[in-house]
Amino acid sequence: MDRLPRWADVVLVPFVSLLLAALISALVLLSIGQSPVQAFNVMVDGALGSAYGWGYTLYYTTSFIFTGLAVTMAFHAGLFNIGGEGQAQLGGLGVALVCLALPWPHWTLALVAATLGAALFGAAWAAIPAWLQAKRGSHIVITTIMFNYIAAALLVYLLVDVLRPAGQMDPASARFPAGANLPSLNEIPGLNLIFTKGVPANVTLFLALAMAVVVWAILWQTRLGYQIRAFGKSEPAARYAGINPVYIIMVSMLMSGALAGMMSINNVMGEAERLLQNSSEGAGFIGIAVALMGRNHPVGVVLAALLFGFLYQGGAELGLWTSIPIEMRIVVQGLVILFTGALDMMVRMMLTRIFGLFRSQKLGAA
Amino acid sequence: MAADGTYAIELKGISKAFGPVQANKDINIAVPRGTIHGIIGENGAGKSTLMSILYGFYKADAGQIFIGGKLTPIPDSQSAIRAGIGMVFQHFKLVQNFTVLENVILGAEDGPLLNTSLAKARQVLESLSRDYELDVDPDALIEDLSVGHQQRVEILKALYRQADILILDEPTGVLTPAEADHLFRILKGLKEQGKTIILITHKLREIMEATDNVSVMRRGTMVATVKTAETSPEQLAELMVGRKVLLEVEKKPARPGDVVLRVEDLRVRDEHKVERLKGVSFEIRAGEILGIAGVAGNGQSELLAALGGMMRATGKVTLKGQDLPLSGRGSDGQSRRRAGIAHVPEDRHHYGLILDFTAWENVAFGYFNAPEYQKNALFMDNKALRQDTARKMQKYDVRPPLPDLAAKNFSGGNQQKIVVAREMEQNPDLLLVGQPTRGVDIGAIEFIHNQIVALRDAGKAVLLVSVELDEIMSLSDRIAVMFDGRIMGFRDPDRTDERELGLMMAGMAGHGEAA
Amino acid sequence: MDYNTLLQILDSTLRLATPLLLACLAGLFSERSGIFDIGLEGKMLAAAMASGAVAFLTGSVWVGLLAGIGASLAFAAIHGLASITFRGNQLISGVALNFLASGLTVLIAQSLFKQGGRTPPLTGDARFNPVTLPFADALQGVPIIGPFYHEVISGHSLLVYVALAMVPLSWWVLNRTRFGLRLRAVGENPAAVDTAGVSVVGLRFAAVAITGLLCGLAGAYMATALQAGFGKDMTAGRGYIALAALIFAKWRPVAALWACLLFGFFQALALRPDVVQAVVQVKVPVPFLDALPYVLTVIVLAGFIGKAIPPRAGGEPYVKER
Repeated sequence: MDRLPRWADVVLVPFVSLLLAALISALVLLSIGQSPVQAFNVMVDGALGSAYGWGYTLYYTTSFIFTGLAVTMAFHAGLFNIGGEGQAQLGGLGVALVCLALPWPHWTLALVAATLGAALFGAAWAAIPAWLQAKRGSHIVITTIMFNYIAAALLVYLLVDVLRPAGQMDPASARFPAGANLPSLNEIPGLNLIFTKGVPANVTLFLALAMAVVVWAILWQTRLGYQIRAFGKSEPAARYAGINPVYIIMVSMLMSGALAGMMSINNVMGEAERLLQNSSEGAGFIGIAVALMGRNHPVGVVLAALLFGFLYQGGAELGLWTSIPIEMRIVVQGLVILFTGALDMMVRMMLTRIFGLFRSQKLGAA
Repeated sequence: MAADGTYAIELKGISKAFGPVQANKDINIAVPRGTIHGIIGENGAGKSTLMSILYGFYKADAGQIFIGGKLTPIPDSQSAIRAGIGMVFQHFKLVQNFTVLENVILGAEDGPLLNTSLAKARQVLESLSRDYELDVDPDALIEDLSVGHQQRVEILKALYRQADILILDEPTGVLTPAEADHLFRILKGLKEQGKTIILITHKLREIMEATDNVSVMRRGTMVATVKTAETSPEQLAELMVGRKVLLEVEKKPARPGDVVLRVEDLRVRDEHKVERLKGVSFEIRAGEILGIAGVAGNGQSELLAALGGMMRATGKVTLKGQDLPLSGRGSDGQSRRRAGIAHVPEDRHHYGLILDFTAWENVAFGYFNAPEYQKNALFMDNKALRQDTARKMQKYDVRPPLPDLAAKNFSGGNQQKIVVAREMEQNPDLLLVGQPTRGVDIGAIEFIHNQIVALRDAGKAVLLVSVELDEIMSLSDRIAVMFDGRIMGFRDPDRTDERELGLMMAGMAGHGEAA
Repeated sequence: MDYNTLLQILDSTLRLATPLLLACLAGLFSERSGIFDIGLEGKMLAAAMASGAVAFLTGSVWVGLLAGIGASLAFAAIHGLASITFRGNQLISGVALNFLASGLTVLIAQSLFKQGGRTPPLTGDARFNPVTLPFADALQGVPIIGPFYHEVISGHSLLVYVALAMVPLSWWVLNRTRFGLRLRAVGENPAAVDTAGVSVVGLRFAAVAITGLLCGLAGAYMATALQAGFGKDMTAGRGYIALAALIFAKWRPVAALWACLLFGFFQALALRPDVVQAVVQVKVPVPFLDALPYVLTVIVLAGFIGKAIPPRAGGEPYVKER
């Protein structure tokens, strides 16, 4: 089979996949008697049409950058970390414990400490599946799925029986002290000229972007990243080169778990300001779609996260202003994962055939 | 041609291309019924493609297949089986945790329920094993059988499907000489019963011993079909490569220095706890090439793996007087490289290269910790690495000389040159080399051989493992023969011959006369 | 704890184990053929919605059941297309289909019934109603065994008995038939099946279809027997518990029965924290019982209790080699 040109592989394949997902989504909307055009307009208007909308879109984007990077990091080591959801929830626990531990004098101090807490707890939750994979060969996909459910159960227990303040009804932690509140974009000098109304997007966005750079640098500029990528491509070859498999599996999963955990700074510390049940709201899973869509490259991840941020905010607007249920965004998410992840080969075959047609036409004309 | 059936198989004008590569070009061949027909050719000559077409794995772009004089299209394996063709693949197609009986009936069951099929197969197997020396326990699990026995199961599978034409693809690659002899006895028995056998191999000796006729393939074309009795190995070899082969390597006499590597009672167990290396001892001196001869699978791979830090071992190994840990800390590939051991692995696709990585990334493979590749404490110096790669590519004549090209886009010979360049340029005290010229074109073979000799002349120690006896004979200063995880003895290449080494490789002679 | 409480718990164990068992056997066929399927959850969900909706609209549980199976088969077909035809990543395909099912079911139920993504409650012939087994009433007086037969064994919906019957049937199909031999072979070494002239693609699609069928039964049971109608995300991770049970059972049908009964038992206990507390004398948090199947599965996966060796060719798309 002929190969696709590199630009087609990097740009065209994800674009066509996305187009197919959009097409099927439109058909779904038509089949339940809704207008795709109207829906799209509502989404664009609500997510991108105002600074307020952008404030939400960027808030979701921030979370998805973290979880997308988490999946990316593990993926380069040949590991499919499907446990971002559980790791994010544990990260939320870390954030809450840090924020509630001290009457923080300033948010910058709280942010540093909470980042460490989130990363540490997220990494810890990834550590056991990683260790089981490295030492006992237990399939990491299955163990991380199991750990998602164990995390959910653990958090229900902690929020109901341990962290809930006396007299409070809903299962949630106490509110964080004021010194642990992160500035939203509307509270940052300069940006407050754009974001005039209160928005959930906050300084964590910049941390997320910084992490994208860090992940890129680790993977492509350091010895560690070199070893991770080599190990991910071929385990036997990595053994030949003297790359320690246990070390690589552990380190890459710990970093992956830490990144997933860090998303909780955005939602738990930056937005909810207390720990709620199911705080991650599926962002851990969206990380899979983001990483696939972004071709497991930090730049792609940031762009894909923005796309999904739009989708999430737009989807919420749909639920608000139309009779289309908010679950529409889960459908689109599923379709994107399906086309970019599982039906990748189909898209490639289609494109290769089209390219082949072009080539033969050119030859015929010459 | 009339459908008189004198030919079991006739292929007319078969062509097959994979993209730009023409794997088969206008192949014509006629195999008389009841004969053993050899097909010989180098790696990549198109033998396997041709047989895959015959077995319905590939559809030919052009050409016709006649079975017993009748035009028979073979679109899939099912049609091939119906046409009476049975195939024994180089890599067996057996279900490891099934019994022999289950493997034999798979796909040839007599009805929707298994009981009747199994009972019938048991009887058929009994009579087959009586007739053809094909005895195997029908209830044994495949994973418990030796390689030779597994091959018999493959033959039984074909016979159970009443194959008249049996194709064997490189059947002796994994067999001991004794097992190979047994195989050829079986094949002759089958021939006497009127079966037609096609034997694909690259070993001239087997062609000369076992076949009635032989066809030679070179670069996708059929260059000749001759009666075996009327040809000679020299003629066949010439037909195969297209020019006189000169396998003698120009080299000066060795001037061995101090002992570089000393190995004492080295033992290795594989992941199933089976002992693969059963106490091996030897030493290699500076400026000396020790060649390890042996049939594949007799412990040579494990020897390389243990010395290269890829497998745990027990025993004692010293390099220039320093103890090398054989398990735990300090026994990994990185430690070995630091100690001064470079390793050209047996299988470059599986071990030596990351095919998706660029050439320059592969040049750092195993040496990513080298100080010259670091920009500072944190980052690697990818630019320096690219420049270094460009230099090595030029020195070793790697084509195309593009450091940014992915390894998978180089030809086999050029891939191997990248690996050889990487390892040799480390200027190691000891070089481990496994199958240095497997799947490499003639020009590159010569180049790689000369590099190995040059390293030895620079006063380094070389451990060479190869299944090609010619390569061992022409490169080594001393030869050790391995059989069943042990060294059968050492020989001086000038005072031994292929016959003696062959016997030792079969475990039939050896010990004594340590060189 | 008295005998009656025990019987109650065992009764709900059987009821709760049924969807797990059907889904577990569904996964067994797929995975023994070499196709990993973490999309059991999605197929169950799709079947639950379709059967609930159609049973309500037609008033017939049987038509509902067929619709459920149809929906599940459609999802299975996509999974087959992605992982067999286009040799995509089977795990990613499963994840995608789970999301798709989770969203689509709500979307469709909402557009049909406008009840917040639920289907209206099912009554009468639109549900599978309890079946009283022969002699259940007559034997009720017999000590110990009588009440056990009456309370635990008898009085379930038809699908419970179908699920139980599937266990020996699956064993027989796998181990005693030509189809089963080929199916196991294709999960261990597809090249062996291919060179024997049997279609790898055909076998794997057949296995995936069986998975669709059984997940259809599981989902329909959820909506038309265990409960009276479909609700958003009603499978609540049962597809994953079934997957856990499959590993726990080491991909064997009879062991799958015991694994599902065990996990069903945990679910039944989670419904009765009072009983648990009475027996063990300490307050056991309900989330602990919820997490127990997953924890046990991790322990099994870690190889601390026996070793779970999946089918050798599992998860790998089959590509013909030269």
